[in-house]
Amino acid sequence: MKKSLIILIFIVLFIILLSFIAVFGVELGNFSINNVKDSLDLGLDLNGGIYVVLEAKTDKKGEELNKLMEQTKSIIMQRVDGLGVSEPNIVIEGNNRIRIELAGIKDPQQAIDLIGKTAQLEFLNPNKMVVLTGKNIVDAKVVYKKDQLEGDKPVVSIEMDKEGAEIFYELTKQLSALSTQIDKTVYIVLDGNVISAPTVAEPIENGKPIIDGDFTFEEANNLATLIRAGALPVPMEELQTSIIGPSLGLEAFDKSIFAAGIAMLIIFLFMVIIYRLPGIVASLGLVLYTLIVLYFMVFIHAKLTLPGIAGLVLSIGMAVDANVIIFERIKEEIKSGKTIRVAVNLGFNRALRSILDSNMTTLIAGIILYVFGIGPIKGFGVTLTIGIIASMLTAVIFTKYVLKLIVDITGNNNSWLYGVKEV
Amino acid sequence: MDVLKYKKITYSISIAIILTGIVLFFIRGFNLGIDFTGGTIITLNLSGYTSIEEVKEITNKYDENASIIHEGENKETVIIKSNKDLSNKDINSLIDDFRNQYGLSDNSYQTEKFGPSMGSEIFKRAIISIIIALACMLIYISIRFQLNFGVAAIVTLIHDCLIMTSLYLILYIPVTSAFIAAILTILGYSINDTIVVFDRIREELHMNKKTKLNLLINNSIKMTLRRTLYTTMTTLIAVFCLYIFGVDDIKELALPLIFGMIAGTYSTLFIASPIWYKMEMKSKSN
Repeated sequence: MKKSLIILIFIVLFIILLSFIAVFGVELGNFSINNVKDSLDLGLDLNGGIYVVLEAKTDKKGEELNKLMEQTKSIIMQRVDGLGVSEPNIVIEGNNRIRIELAGIKDPQQAIDLIGKTAQLEFLNPNKMVVLTGKNIVDAKVVYKKDQLEGDKPVVSIEMDKEGAEIFYELTKQLSALSTQIDKTVYIVLDGNVISAPTVAEPIENGKPIIDGDFTFEEANNLATLIRAGALPVPMEELQTSIIGPSLGLEAFDKSIFAAGIAMLIIFLFMVIIYRLPGIVASLGLVLYTLIVLYFMVFIHAKLTLPGIAGLVLSIGMAVDANVIIFERIKEEIKSGKTIRVAVNLGFNRALRSILDSNMTTLIAGIILYVFGIGPIKGFGVTLTIGIIASMLTAVIFTKYVLKLIVDITGNNNSWLYGVKEV
Repeated sequence: MDVLKYKKITYSISIAIILTGIVLFFIRGFNLGIDFTGGTIITLNLSGYTSIEEVKEITNKYDENASIIHEGENKETVIIKSNKDLSNKDINSLIDDFRNQYGLSDNSYQTEKFGPSMGSEIFKRAIISIIIALACMLIYISIRFQLNFGVAAIVTLIHDCLIMTSLYLILYIPVTSAFIAAILTILGYSINDTIVVFDRIREELHMNKKTKLNLLINNSIKMTLRRTLYTTMTTLIAVFCLYIFGVDDIKELALPLIFGMIAGTYSTLFIASPIWYKMEMKSKSN
């Protein structure tokens, strides 16, 4: 009996310690664990940022479309890299959509413009004929050009492939021989807009021209990024855009956490009043359950979103269910005259099948939400699925074990402690 | 409690709600939310309370029909909803107008733009998800229980979805993607409830082979009643907390969940078992 008490105290202390770490984090010399709130990957709706859904305007279908979308995706990825966003999330949705999620960005509008640009780069000769396109370009970067009057200014330095260099050499050789300024002008056009119209002073042999506009560093950098990544193989239309300021997201996060806290407190009270000792065990189990779900989400780097929190709170409510089923069964057995020890064993065994079948069906729903859902529905499916598995485990393993320890301690009498009015 | 005795009344209530929903569907249709109609939502954290008239003065320049809602403890947050697909340029200049005139606290704002096809895409996906989920559940229940239990459970689930949809039609609440997420959740929740009762019936069938079926059903429901009510209560507590303390987006999700849970519990008690009973009697007489 004494051994059971020690184990029980140890378990309770352990859960309290884990909760403490989860809320405040630990720091022991070099060893430190962040609190759960900071370790969780927050979705855009909580963390702030932008997301854009783009749709390809094309009649292509099937394999051809898939290939096109993959190309578009990798080009967009390169463009996003130029923005220096940490962990951008770019996915193909449906057949012809791309969802781009960027967290913590300073100038959302600039980012959206950059991502969605078709970026069809063309070099035109003075007769406005296309001579070269972005296809012939290998690299583009920002360099500083010494300028006697204005100091150093950012320009975009381009490197062409062999074919491009040859064509460009021919063009510049031809033009530099002409006399009037206007005849010597090359037009560099991006998406139909002339971004630079330099005049050719001499033939350029090495295929490394420079675009010299009145750029700020950022403008030059964006242009270089666009040219480097290349043109989108298909025009994209902006379908849905969302810009979330970080403080509004945090407010939503805090409020949801507050709601979850209040909900748990009320549920604890409810369980303790109705079931007494087992109610306390269930509450401990619920704390453990919440810890498991949160740490598991940290572990698999699942992004916590607003609908995800809703799924979590809902699953807390449902986690109680397994306990209620078990405790009602135990009460029934006690009422039918069994000793408490036998009643606890029988109650668990009888409840197990019911818990298994009911949770399996809900699990089916959760998994299908995750697999077939898009956007917010997916996040909801993740937490619901994790929640159901964790709640089954805590109810079947933890609650059972701790309740048996308690039976060892309290002995076979005093059914009041188990929520039964009279024997 | 004799659930079979009241089945005429309970069936009638459900059918009345669903029929009203169907009639309203043809008369005025759904109140489609912005995810389905397409449009723009802009949320601004202004530095203080700003009256609707003052807000309108700015928004009228962009869309005269935009709706304006206040939120937050001191009503300092303004949510502007427009059915127009405002251009990014318009949105930026609108935000600048507010910033210059009223000041944004923490520079915080949020904008959302929806193309009309977005909602219908989510809707299509949801319908597919529901059909797949129902099929999988039917298979699972038929294996673990019997086909009749499976069919009765699925009919109950379809009932719950129809009731929720009808309530949205009757109360004319805007349908958004949150509503669809809620329907999918209720599928999972209500089946859980129903299965616990069916599990008890299955057990009683094994233990008391001679008891009449209708008595056996009532007994099983009676024995699981407390569990059904307690679980609904605890889950409702959780969802109510979300509804009361949560932000707008969460409320949008919590409200249909509240409807769905009540409908789900009701159908577990008064719809699922009577349907199973009828099917059992029919298969026995054949």
